[in-house]
Amino acid sequence: MQADSLGFIFLNAVLVNNFVLALFLGLCPFLGVSGKLNTALPMGLATMFVMLVSSLCAYGINLVLVNFEIEFLRLIAYIAVIASAVQLVEMVLKKFVPALFRSLGIFLPLITTNCAILGLALFQTFKEYDFLQSLVYAIGAGTGFILAIVLMAGLREKLDLSNVPSVSQGAAMSLMLGGLLSLAFMGFAGMGGH
Amino acid sequence: MTRRREAQLDWNTFSEGIWQENPVFVMLLGLCPILAVTNSSINALAMGLATAFVLIASSLLISMLRNYIPKQVRIATYIVIIATFVTIVDYVIQAISLDLYNALGAFIQLIVVNCVILGRAEAYASKNRPSVAVLNAVGMSIGFALALLSLGTVREIFGNGSLFGYDLFGDGFEPWVVMVLPPGGFFVLGGWLLLFEWFRQRKAEAQGELAAESSKPGA
Amino acid sequence: MTEDQHQQPNVAASNLIRVLGGIAMLSGFLVALVFQVTKPVIAENKRLAIEKAVLQVVPDAASYRQFSLGEQGISSDENQQDGIPVYAAYDENGELTGIALEGSAFGYAGKIYLLYGYDPTCECIRGIKVLKMIETPGLGDKIITDQAFVANFNALDAKLTSDHMQLANPIVTVKAGTKRSNWEIDAISGATISSKAVGRALNESAQTLLPKLVPEIDKLRQLQSAELKEAQP
Repeated sequence: MQADSLGFIFLNAVLVNNFVLALFLGLCPFLGVSGKLNTALPMGLATMFVMLVSSLCAYGINLVLVNFEIEFLRLIAYIAVIASAVQLVEMVLKKFVPALFRSLGIFLPLITTNCAILGLALFQTFKEYDFLQSLVYAIGAGTGFILAIVLMAGLREKLDLSNVPSVSQGAAMSLMLGGLLSLAFMGFAGMGGH
Repeated sequence: MTRRREAQLDWNTFSEGIWQENPVFVMLLGLCPILAVTNSSINALAMGLATAFVLIASSLLISMLRNYIPKQVRIATYIVIIATFVTIVDYVIQAISLDLYNALGAFIQLIVVNCVILGRAEAYASKNRPSVAVLNAVGMSIGFALALLSLGTVREIFGNGSLFGYDLFGDGFEPWVVMVLPPGGFFVLGGWLLLFEWFRQRKAEAQGELAAESSKPGA
Repeated sequence: MTEDQHQQPNVAASNLIRVLGGIAMLSGFLVALVFQVTKPVIAENKRLAIEKAVLQVVPDAASYRQFSLGEQGISSDENQQDGIPVYAAYDENGELTGIALEGSAFGYAGKIYLLYGYDPTCECIRGIKVLKMIETPGLGDKIITDQAFVANFNALDAKLTSDHMQLANPIVTVKAGTKRSNWEIDAISGATISSKAVGRALNESAQTLLPKLVPEIDKLRQLQSAELKEAQP
């Protein structure tokens, strides 16, 4: 079916059904880490890496679960895989880029509770994507996440320099911004369709 | 952080989850489901109930086991326990109503990464007795459900002209469709937060004036 | 605190494993239990949903039977390898009134799954029911609520070419108000993407299934009436 072609999957995940702006996944880091561009981008990349690892492992685990007909253990298995993938990323960052590790702080282990990662694993299972499709889907989702978080960071940095009413400072403003971004991305609807 | 004194079985433990430490409006946790399933009041309510079940059940179990879980593996253990209850709720909802299950979709399973539940387990359930933990969990659940409903009702009324499925305005009503779409979710939550903040500022100002008026130093 | 950690290592390792293992077993047990308890209920729910849908898309239907359409044609074995479910609907006298088939296509927010009723007498589609969708409430879900759209499917032409290899006229969704022929579907203005998805779902499913199904329709008629005759006292 044309709809499931790799290009469509990628574009769909990045623009049309952006994980943050359309599917509401990954909001905690989206609001929490998007204050500065130089933390937002590495956070996005770390998240994308975890997405890739978890997505591929989830694909493999799902095959095993289906084979033994123990699908009811799927959620527990997926979350275990994600927690391990985050552990792995933490260790790698700590060893090779310690400055980044420190600047990301508490948000790094919080990637485990990032809805976007579990959401990715669950969606690719529901849509019954094969290995290659899952891989592209994960890359697309990660790219979409990075796109959203970087856009948000850019906007918020600019906003820091302007006069914002005190009642709306902080989360309220970020959410309004998010709403505007989401509205803009709705323009991509139907792209890649017929 | 200083050691929290053991919480008591009292009104404060119950009510702080509803207002002062409302998980959504004050602590900004668990935002993903808030925006995603609140395009109608029924979905919001169902989500609130499902989350309440997981929160209360996991708080109870974790509090009962708190002295047997070693520090090093506590997060992993909490996550497994939470995932267990989420899986249970998932199957129970399927058994109750397939329509509701399809409406809520993947977000039932996403309850497991709801920061509210893990956060409460870590900060509260692991440090207090079961009765207190459950009381707090109930309060938090109510707070969370209220937040869900406050979004669900507003979005449904403006975006669909109905409330809990009952038509409010009749045929002439032109729905403000963006309300039930993703941007609407962002805007409505932002609006509520704005309202909250304004309220808090007014309250702080009023208290500040009171303190300034009374000539005693400190409050 | 550091002294504690130094004193704990050996004890900790086996303790950790015991605790994690214990928790894992408890979890597995609880989940498996709930799964077994709810499995029959969920299966019954699904069966009821399909029954309701089949009786809705095929007019005058009183009962239905599920068959499987595979490479070798129709079979009563529902679990046939690579078989596509096909629901034959019968009226009170056991006469075949129509066949319900499944179709799906990507809409605006996700895949739309629907069931449609094919009437072999008029060679047309007589009704559709959306089984599952996550389209925009109030907009995309008009494919269910909009009366004019639903009326598209009272007699949607689905004739096959004479060699029975494909639809004589592919089913297509056209702009609202421009429907000229019986095989076209008038889209809902403002919900074009969802409307087109319905058209695509029907077209693709019909193109794939009807060529294989139409030759087997007599078999479906005979299978049921034969069994009815056996069952009659």
